[in-house]
Amino acid sequence: MKYLLQRLAFYAVTAWAAITINFLIPRLMPGDPVQALLSRYQGQLDTNAINSLKALFGLDEQQSLWQQYTDYWAHLLDGDLGLSFTFFPTPVSEVIVQSLPWTLALVGVTTLLSFVLGTGIGVYSGWKRGSWLDGLLPVTTFISSIPYFWLGLIAIALFAEKWSLFPNSGGYDNSLVPAFDWPFISSALYHAFLPGVTIVLSAVAGWILGMRNMMVTVSSEDYVMVAQAKGLSERRVMFGYAARNAVLPNISGFALSLGFIVGGTLLVEMVFTYPGIGFQLLQAVGAKDYPLMQGVFLIITLSVLAANLLADLVYAALDPRTRKEA
Amino acid sequence: MSITATDVAVLDGAPAPEAPTRRARLRFLRGGKTRTGLLMLGFFVLLAVIGPWIAPYDPDAMSDQLLQPPSGAHWFGTTHTGQDVLSQILVGTRGVLIVGFVAAVIATVLSVLIGVTAGFIGGAVDEILSALANIFLVLPGLPLIIIVASFVPDTGDLLIAFAIALTSWAWGSRILRAQTLSLRRRDYVEAARATGESTWRIILFEIMPNLTAVIASGFVGTVIFAVLTEITLAFIGVADISHWNWGTVLFWAQSNQALAQGAWWWFVPAGLCIALLGTALALINFGIDEFVNPRLRTATGSSRKVKMRVGFTPVARRAPGTGAGHPEHSSKEPRP
Repeated sequence: MKYLLQRLAFYAVTAWAAITINFLIPRLMPGDPVQALLSRYQGQLDTNAINSLKALFGLDEQQSLWQQYTDYWAHLLDGDLGLSFTFFPTPVSEVIVQSLPWTLALVGVTTLLSFVLGTGIGVYSGWKRGSWLDGLLPVTTFISSIPYFWLGLIAIALFAEKWSLFPNSGGYDNSLVPAFDWPFISSALYHAFLPGVTIVLSAVAGWILGMRNMMVTVSSEDYVMVAQAKGLSERRVMFGYAARNAVLPNISGFALSLGFIVGGTLLVEMVFTYPGIGFQLLQAVGAKDYPLMQGVFLIITLSVLAANLLADLVYAALDPRTRKEA
Repeated sequence: MSITATDVAVLDGAPAPEAPTRRARLRFLRGGKTRTGLLMLGFFVLLAVIGPWIAPYDPDAMSDQLLQPPSGAHWFGTTHTGQDVLSQILVGTRGVLIVGFVAAVIATVLSVLIGVTAGFIGGAVDEILSALANIFLVLPGLPLIIIVASFVPDTGDLLIAFAIALTSWAWGSRILRAQTLSLRRRDYVEAARATGESTWRIILFEIMPNLTAVIASGFVGTVIFAVLTEITLAFIGVADISHWNWGTVLFWAQSNQALAQGAWWWFVPAGLCIALLGTALALINFGIDEFVNPRLRTATGSSRKVKMRVGFTPVARRAPGTGAGHPEHSSKEPRP
């Protein structure tokens, strides 16, 4: 319990830090890009929208920094992230609500899949060290050095342009209306296949390496030898004794590298013009749509924190030491 | 400038067989992986230095050879305006390596300062610094850099390197802190403290030498991360695209529909270069890892045939004279 409370407090602090960074960035940067945008859209914006943009980006010179900060929080807690300029005049929050499910489905599923797959292969190759599985190592090293987006480009070039097996962009067939029926879901799955495989392929290598190295280290611990000496079956020793202990650092590593993975997967969305949040970020960057950019950053950060919290819960379930009352 | 300085840090002298102590320290250079990695890295460093001189064409110069596949005149083909892809890649190598190494140097310095301080001093300072490192660790770095870079009017290489360093020091700092914590209470440190050595001397001369491998591996890891991030930023057009680097090549390829036109030669070489550079650095890191943790050694010399058995740590013995583990790093060491 104490462990979980500590983690909760940590994530609260981190979320606060992220929001504060988001608050400070536009105020610390030279020039006034948002002011320029505002004057370009003058006349098309109502006073309400102008006020919220001013509060979010600190354009109101008369206010003290503290006043701006509290205003900023008030707008955030209202779910008001300003207006998007790319999708004028849609509010940023609406753009995000539309694209977030795509990202959560694609990135969530593929990240979990690659973690489970990579850890599984890592367990085997670490246990059977010196077997042919070691031959995988140079290959995985090479793959993990390839940027996600480049693998995506190659996948498009081969499977979409050359052989036309899969669509090269989009999240679903444009002739369909998003709904929970079979034609739509199957089309969404079909479109998600290529980006998904790209992410799994490039993410899995890191997990294999990490897990293999932990397995090799753990296999020579005394308790593994004792388990072997007791005559337990090979499977039981491998999974119940060695892997169970070796997986712990991998899970905390999983939590910590989520931010990095999400960064990579955003790029995959951009390459595949997948209608998720990464693609929105790319469009926002291209159009200098600052409200959308900052909104996307906040949402990404908060999702990563939530995923981290989940990983911590799993860790607590697997490692009894965290449950011990201090 | 930065290339030469950091390069020395990575290579840290070629293997010198004559002095035994030196040999023991540089033993990780003997592994095939490390040597391959260093050779590949050396190749790219060489390209970074001489690239602009050996480039056959001006990377910006247009010609009437539009979108030509690789040929004798243009080894990597040409772009839609007839620019030579090989020249773009050769000229771009320098920017990639400079940003990678500058970012890694800054990040390593930050991580050593923060990690070692937190681990050695402990108490409230440790709590605060660790919390800071953990916050930076879970914040998604790439979106943050994208936001920062898009607010800044001109994004030069140095600014990008700095932004990358600021978001990537935390991992190393966390590992260094853990390592320092375990070293802090060792007998030899206590002995040094008892003889009245100052805190700074203990940190610099007793603790730091034992952290060298960890710092080096963190440095190499950060170079990989920095190179990937920089290329990503150039690819999505956040970084300055008037400077050639591999990401810029990919940016132009992507924005000119190279994929749809089947111009594979436009984006394949740049990606392969990134992957090869990344592999080179990862191989060096494996060498360092195996040096630190001898249990991970696989195909070193005669131990190629060793099969893993439970509870038995295979030990690579080359000849009677040179044992496998430096006493300090052998697996027999009691873990704290």
